[in-house]
Amino acid sequence: MKHFRNLMTGIATTTLLATGAIAEDLTIVHGSVGRDQEVLRGQLDRFEAETGHTVTIVSMPESTTDQFGQYRLWLSAQSSDIDVYRLDVIWAPQLASHFVDLKPHVADIVDDFVPAAIESQTVDGKLVALPMFLGAPALYYRADLLEKYDQEVPTTWQELTEAAQVVMDGERAEGNTDMWGFVFQGAAYEGLTCNAQEWINSSGGGRIVELDGSININNPQAAAAIDLAASWVGGIAPEGVLNYKEEDARGVFQSGNAVFMRNWNYAYALAAGEDSPVRDSFAVTTLPSGGEGMSSSATLGGWNLGVSRYSENQEAAIELARFLTNYENQKERAIVTSRPPTLNAVYEDAEVAEQQEFIPLWKPVVDNALPRPSAATLRKYNEVSAAFWTAVHNTMSGDGDAATNLSRLENELKRLRGPRW
Amino acid sequence: MAKTEQRSRLSRSRTRSAWLFLAPMLVMLLIVAAWPLGRTIWFSFTDASLDLMSEARWVGFRNYLEYVDFGDGEGQYYGLLADPRWWRSVWNTILFAAVSVSFETVFGLIIALVLNQQFRGRAFVRAAVLIPWAIPTIVSAKMWAWMLHDQFGIINDMFMALGMISEPIAWTASPETAMVAVMMVDIWKTTPFMALLILAGLQMVPGDIYEAAKLDGVPAWRVFRRLTLPLIMPAVLVAVVFRALDALRVFDIVYVLTPNTDATRTMSVYARENLFDFDQFAYGSAASTLLFVVIALITITFIMATRMDLEGKRS
Repeated sequence: MKHFRNLMTGIATTTLLATGAIAEDLTIVHGSVGRDQEVLRGQLDRFEAETGHTVTIVSMPESTTDQFGQYRLWLSAQSSDIDVYRLDVIWAPQLASHFVDLKPHVADIVDDFVPAAIESQTVDGKLVALPMFLGAPALYYRADLLEKYDQEVPTTWQELTEAAQVVMDGERAEGNTDMWGFVFQGAAYEGLTCNAQEWINSSGGGRIVELDGSININNPQAAAAIDLAASWVGGIAPEGVLNYKEEDARGVFQSGNAVFMRNWNYAYALAAGEDSPVRDSFAVTTLPSGGEGMSSSATLGGWNLGVSRYSENQEAAIELARFLTNYENQKERAIVTSRPPTLNAVYEDAEVAEQQEFIPLWKPVVDNALPRPSAATLRKYNEVSAAFWTAVHNTMSGDGDAATNLSRLENELKRLRGPRW
Repeated sequence: MAKTEQRSRLSRSRTRSAWLFLAPMLVMLLIVAAWPLGRTIWFSFTDASLDLMSEARWVGFRNYLEYVDFGDGEGQYYGLLADPRWWRSVWNTILFAAVSVSFETVFGLIIALVLNQQFRGRAFVRAAVLIPWAIPTIVSAKMWAWMLHDQFGIINDMFMALGMISEPIAWTASPETAMVAVMMVDIWKTTPFMALLILAGLQMVPGDIYEAAKLDGVPAWRVFRRLTLPLIMPAVLVAVVFRALDALRVFDIVYVLTPNTDATRTMSVYARENLFDFDQFAYGSAASTLLFVVIALITITFIMATRMDLEGKRS
């Protein structure tokens, strides 16, 4: 027996030495919404079984603004506690110096990814993070209610406003007093920047800060778009929308109390889930535009896996980032959490198309998604975004009209920029 | 002659040992309070950013106030002292502190007077009122955020059922009610703390005074006005100063309930936003420094105005 044990230990040691695999303890941090956490845990369990490493999840609040503050602190302190960070698509230019350049480590697979996704994570030729999944918001609507009140699926914001009003009034007259027309993300945080940028851009009002760094926000089209949005609050949208994030909006829509909702793709799998009261009555389409001849805008969202420069297990961490973005795992995420994949091939997968019909249809939306001005404004992006969402939030809370607030915003952005971004 | 010398030698050696015993605490305070505070003040005069702290350069008062000449005869003031958002945060903080501490003092006093009476189950009630104070602020703020939610919140549901409101109120979202919601949660949470400190003061009042007043037939209200209140005043004032210091640097409740809105942003929230969310470490340090100055000024003014007995001379 003793000999046998020695023999086994010997074999085990030889195998370890031969493959160079030493079990590491890794830590990954993410901000979970919907079923992100359980899917990630399942995938990590498989990773652990395959490699012998162990991975702990650190979970953060859903607000990306809150996550950023904490990550910046950890990174500035050069903390080795976290090996892999799940990073928002807008953070790469601000945090680039804290992450390992993944380019040499993914040279064999980088061409399989959606080019826009890789581009969003490339800063001065350095690949800061590996795209995990994308996001391009959709307009969720109650097909049954639109049919009941004989309304078309809206293609402009004006049509949406009118249709929402008709359905809401009709339902309320029938005693459904909790019914609202439209819910979105109106709290003062990054989510409002995404929403408001879509209203403005799809109405021909520019993109806050253009690619060349010029400021383009104080124009009549932008003001009209924000004024229209301000008219929703307390009208077709509950006043509480001014403090709604993703999950608040989904809560109202999924419990059957809203006709329209603007939300990210994760909400699709949940609204279509077994326990969802609206599972058979809703559908999705692209977001409306400002009017005839204008095109819809969907903010480019998505999350990416960056390996911390201060990690003590960089090799294993890179292995983990590669594992979580491989075909099988992206496919599982697409099916279970309806997250648009970052690998081109997954959009053509027959099983994905069967389980989540909208994913193949969403490829053009993802390809044309509108990036936020994070590349142009570099380290000042967060301040630009906060100044923007504050101006919009103030207008929507009735503190000044859009024209005044946007003109103030323009001056503030000029001061922020100084001689250059 | 010899006697005085002996006494002074004795008092000198007592002073020496007093300092000796105080020394560890002073060293500790230097390390954990004076050093970080000094560093924050230093950073507020530099152009430090969180990633490049070691490369901070001295820039003078630029973070506080700077006149930028546009070169065409016009110019504008920049910096913290010229930032309307900062002054809005100062006002929000002072309003929050004044209102919530006033309510907490009144409610705390009432609860303390009740708890000071003899009744069955008093020990149980004394423990029970402390529950809000014992819950971590983040947890209670999140709990209230759900209770105050405009669509699923229980508060709106209760008010609607009672017929007090006709449609749900968006407590944390509407600029008119956001600050009220924050104050409400703080008052709910901190009243027990005030009650406890005031109760301690009440128990110091000797019972025979009340007996004498009773024998003389003094009405209860006058007993309270003329006897109880003056006797517990020192304890109440200390409690108010503690709470005011705490309330002026309020952060967690606001951050969880209504972050980032102009209607409720306090000085601490403003400083944190610049320190960590924005790439403005030096500017945030300036805000932290001013926060310290504002709190110090208010506290000193309060102590002087109420002629608080800090030296312990009167007792």
